[in-house]
Amino acid sequence: MNFEVTALPEADHVEEGETAPNFVRPLVNDEYWEDVSLVDLLEDGPVLLVFHPMDGAFVTTYVWNELRDREVENYGVQVVGVSISSPYEHKTTIEERGIEHFDGLFSDPGNGVAERYGVDHSLDGMAGIEAARPAVFVIDEDQTVTEAWVASTWPDFPDYDAVEAALGRL
Amino acid sequence: MMTANAPPRPPHSDAEITLYRLQACPYCERVVRKLQELDLAYHSRFVEPMHSERNAVKRITNSRSVPAIVDDRTGAAMAESANIVEYLERTYGEEGEHP
Repeated sequence: MNFEVTALPEADHVEEGETAPNFVRPLVNDEYWEDVSLVDLLEDGPVLLVFHPMDGAFVTTYVWNELRDREVENYGVQVVGVSISSPYEHKTTIEERGIEHFDGLFSDPGNGVAERYGVDHSLDGMAGIEAARPAVFVIDEDQTVTEAWVASTWPDFPDYDAVEAALGRL
Repeated sequence: MMTANAPPRPPHSDAEITLYRLQACPYCERVVRKLQELDLAYHSRFVEPMHSERNAVKRITNSRSVPAIVDDRTGAAMAESANIVEYLERTYGEEGEHP
């Protein structure tokens, strides 16, 4: 089979060595959701911030399955996601993917967090909807990005080995 | 219902009062109105609509009903909007212990 993967336009995203933009959004776990800021999380240690398409998209499913199977929490990092999906959808995703032990999924229907990180994109064929393109940022306790991966094609999956290597350097 | 062994305030909250609530629940909104009327800072935790899945609430008040509050300042944890409103008045109203 021969087909071309759709390329995404170049993203002017937050880079390694830059300060990770702070934000506040409802952080959803398997029991409740509450407003939490990135800075709040960093007080407890480094953060693996995972932007993913809306819940239910296959990319979202595969990304969480992979991070779960690699047991990335063992690096002593707080693992959180962000998507435009609602808290109700996030609760379902957390249960279906078996990621109750991760630190939760931020709900960002307005896509403002993805915009701040420069990883937003408009969805073709869904009028009025913008979402995050898949992207992963490793953020150390000083709020500095030590690893940034952003999708350049649609679909695209994180360079998990590079992410793990960055987590190992924390 | 009130328990003396309230858990500490959530690590991500700047407010002393944590309110466990459900979206658009009239009894929860009643408590919100009272908190706002008394100009009290509060941190909202939104819980599962399904009653049977609200163990986060059960752990603090021994009941799964919402609204429920935890007050870090006094160590109080309780459910039932009438109880909560009465408690807030008694504690933070003009004639209260901490007006």
